[in-house]
Amino acid sequence: MIHFVLLISRQGKVRLTKWYSPYSQKERTKVIRELSGLILTRGPKLCNFVEWRGLRVVYKRYASLYFCMCIDEDDNELEILEIIHHYVEVLDRYFGSVCELDLIYNFHKAYFILDELLIAGELQEPSKRTVARLVAAQDSLVETAKEQTSSITNIIAQVANFTIKMLHKGYGPWGSNALHLESLFLVDVCTRLVDQH
Amino acid sequence: MARDLAPEVERLLQFRDPNIRKKAALCSIRIIKKVPDLAENFINPAASLLREKHHGVLITGVQLCTDLCKVSSEALEYFREKCTEGLVKTLKDMANSPYAPEYDIAGITDPFLHIRLLKLLRILGQGDADASDCMNDILAQVATKIESNKNAGNAILYECVGTIMSIEDNGGLRVLAINILGRFLSNRDNNIRYVALNMLMKAITVDAQAVQRHRATILECVKDSDASIRKKALDLVYLLVNESNVKPLTKELIESLEASDQEFKGVLTAKICSLVEKFSPEKIWYIDQMLKVLSEAGNFVKDEVWHALIVVISNASDLHGYSVRALYRAFQTSTEQETLVRVAVWCIGEYGDMLVNNVGMLDIEEPITVTESDAVDALEVSIKRLNSDLTTKAMALIALLKLSSRFPSCSERIKDIILQNKRSFVLELQQRSIEFNCILQKHQNIRSALVERMPVLDEATFSGRRAGSLPTSVSTSTGTARNLPNGIAKPAAAPVADLLDLSSSDAPAPSSSGGDFLQDLLGVDLSPASAPPGTSQPPKAGTDVLLDLLSIGTSPPAQSSSSASNILSSIQDDKASLVNLNGLASLTSLSPNATSASPAPMMDLLDGFGPSPQKKEENGPAYPSLVAYESSTLRMTFNISKQPGNPQITLIQAIFTNLSPNVYNDFLFQAAVPKFLQLHLDPASSNTLPASGNGSIIQSMKVTNSQHGKKSLVMRIRIAYKINNKDVLEEGQVSNFPRDL
Repeated sequence: MIHFVLLISRQGKVRLTKWYSPYSQKERTKVIRELSGLILTRGPKLCNFVEWRGLRVVYKRYASLYFCMCIDEDDNELEILEIIHHYVEVLDRYFGSVCELDLIYNFHKAYFILDELLIAGELQEPSKRTVARLVAAQDSLVETAKEQTSSITNIIAQVANFTIKMLHKGYGPWGSNALHLESLFLVDVCTRLVDQH
Repeated sequence: MARDLAPEVERLLQFRDPNIRKKAALCSIRIIKKVPDLAENFINPAASLLREKHHGVLITGVQLCTDLCKVSSEALEYFREKCTEGLVKTLKDMANSPYAPEYDIAGITDPFLHIRLLKLLRILGQGDADASDCMNDILAQVATKIESNKNAGNAILYECVGTIMSIEDNGGLRVLAINILGRFLSNRDNNIRYVALNMLMKAITVDAQAVQRHRATILECVKDSDASIRKKALDLVYLLVNESNVKPLTKELIESLEASDQEFKGVLTAKICSLVEKFSPEKIWYIDQMLKVLSEAGNFVKDEVWHALIVVISNASDLHGYSVRALYRAFQTSTEQETLVRVAVWCIGEYGDMLVNNVGMLDIEEPITVTESDAVDALEVSIKRLNSDLTTKAMALIALLKLSSRFPSCSERIKDIILQNKRSFVLELQQRSIEFNCILQKHQNIRSALVERMPVLDEATFSGRRAGSLPTSVSTSTGTARNLPNGIAKPAAAPVADLLDLSSSDAPAPSSSGGDFLQDLLGVDLSPASAPPGTSQPPKAGTDVLLDLLSIGTSPPAQSSSSASNILSSIQDDKASLVNLNGLASLTSLSPNATSASPAPMMDLLDGFGPSPQKKEENGPAYPSLVAYESSTLRMTFNISKQPGNPQITLIQAIFTNLSPNVYNDFLFQAAVPKFLQLHLDPASSNTLPASGNGSIIQSMKVTNSQHGKKSLVMRIRIAYKINNKDVLEEGQVSNFPRDL
């Protein structure tokens, strides 16, 4: 089982972490610090496996990023190298020639894709096409959701405008005080919604 | 929460959407890891998942089954019976399937699924011959067909080899697997080599011969530039060593020691030392190898290791001259290795005369001229060196004392050197320097007797004691007496009591022959029944000497140096069995302060052994009462009886009698026994002991001997009481129990 996944840049900046075993916050920072020191100092020709605290860490360097996965003693290390490559290929297919900048600006997408690939430390989908399809489906969900919220904003904005006009003209089926309060409330909500979008 | 959600997850395992199914499968893995009891519910759904077509669901299903088998043995049985053929068929279809673009990686269809299936087959086939038979064909096919120029192929081959190694024996397949591993080992890719070394470690248990064939390649890997590979190769070499190949392998390892970096040196040194110790065919080879290791990496060598080296050197009497000369030579070249300096200092002190007179030259040695002052120079250097630590300096002081008696011409110079430490800030050095100075000035007559050759330290007991655990915490850690009986020259301290500690009595009757002086000195088994068979004179003489020592103690404890010299003159007569208390001191670091703060002089403690240590108690249900402990102020008598049905349990009634004219208040008796005995103390009759035997305190105890018949009872006692509100503490040991208690 994979215990955690770390993506570290050459300068030691952490781009992505995903933990499949319970580690407390302090332990996590400690682990990251230790592994950064261990892996970043390794030369290029050395093998991709490091023994660490009774576990094995498999890492692979792609351009300026180190992809590290920590596994148990009895797992197949070469397979994990394949899984890392699988992930990178899916990222590549999704972003189109992925680079580190893509991962920095779209880190939430990177997490989506990782979640489609690994759950609870195990591989769930060997086919890149399926993963790409699922992530695309998720993306479209996000889009529609966005549109929906923006459409609500439009409606409320319209209502607010209408109520304000009414205020100015002094009309209203309710008492003027209540109308005053209601309209103030509506204006407040609208301005907030407008600020958000 | 896992229990609550389990039924939901189970239901979702059969959902129509494959994406949900695969996620549910992985979720179930987590659930059964958390709550193994729920595994039964998942067995059936998991089995149905194995028949899926969708690769994602298939992979997760296989993974679920693997984890189910690990968690529950009935799941294992179920899958073994029902699913093995299905799995083999699936693997066969996959291996033979045509190009499938969706799952293709490097020309192989879905290597992930290959690997997972192989893993599951390994678990199913382990320990079961029928299942293993089913798999043979497909394993052979995979092992031969898969190409190994890409990582995916290698991953599958690695898994395949692992499976072949774990399932039931099949000669042909095993050969195939070892060949693949051999190919991996000579691959230039570091990853592959690492993986091969890993698998070879597991293969050693299965087929050691085949692994031996690859020894040369593995030795190459120990010198590899990659740290992970080096470490793995070292572990593997350690497993490969046996009596026949220990010499060349050790040579290789020591060579790589020179080339390795700091962190690896520590690990490598430890491994080399334990290898050399386990497999050394002859002593001279052992000493040579250890010398090389010490010169290279002495600072990484642990204390026990160089202690063991000293024991071996002292045992190899014909090699004394050789060792001391070799050490002297090594000392000239590499003084920064602390342990080397220590061992050299000890040897020069002990065998300095051999060094100067070239005694015992072996054919292979080159002649070397060392004068007496050269030897003293060497010791002086080791004291004055900036980075010598306390142990080294202390050992050097002792060695100087020994040399002062062996080389009388250098006496003055040695005295000066010793005096320089008189004002040292470290108590140990100051103490030693003052005492030795005292010996040099005032006790010329006994000096040579004091620093005679050390008695040979018994190897068997030493290694036995190192290996086994020491029963009571009274003794200190490994090996030879770590105490500093500043003994005769400084009578007031009573650390001799520590010499007679309990632990050594538990070392089983030594299997090796003589040289048991240490055992006798430290041990409690003074009765002849425990004297080692086949040795008569030396140990007897040893015990006699000890008895003489003890019998003198019946006189009032005159601690003047004159009585000390009386004792020693009697010892001087008996050279063969000399008790070299000072010599023992050379192996210690700091002298543990004797726990007894008592004024009760040491001689009195030893009095307790006076009565009848040689007498063998009768074997009979009626045990005579014995005086277990007697000092000038107190007597303790034991009345022993046995319970009729239970031979292991002994009931002892202790009677305390006050022999002094003072009343003792707050009387407290404590006892400690070694691990194979259990002691139960009842409350005492009172805690005030009237004076001059006008009354007594009675306390009962029950001792259970788990090694009844093999080992006799021993007990270490401590008695505390108050005289006029002043605390008094007496300690002693009871060793004259009848043999068959």
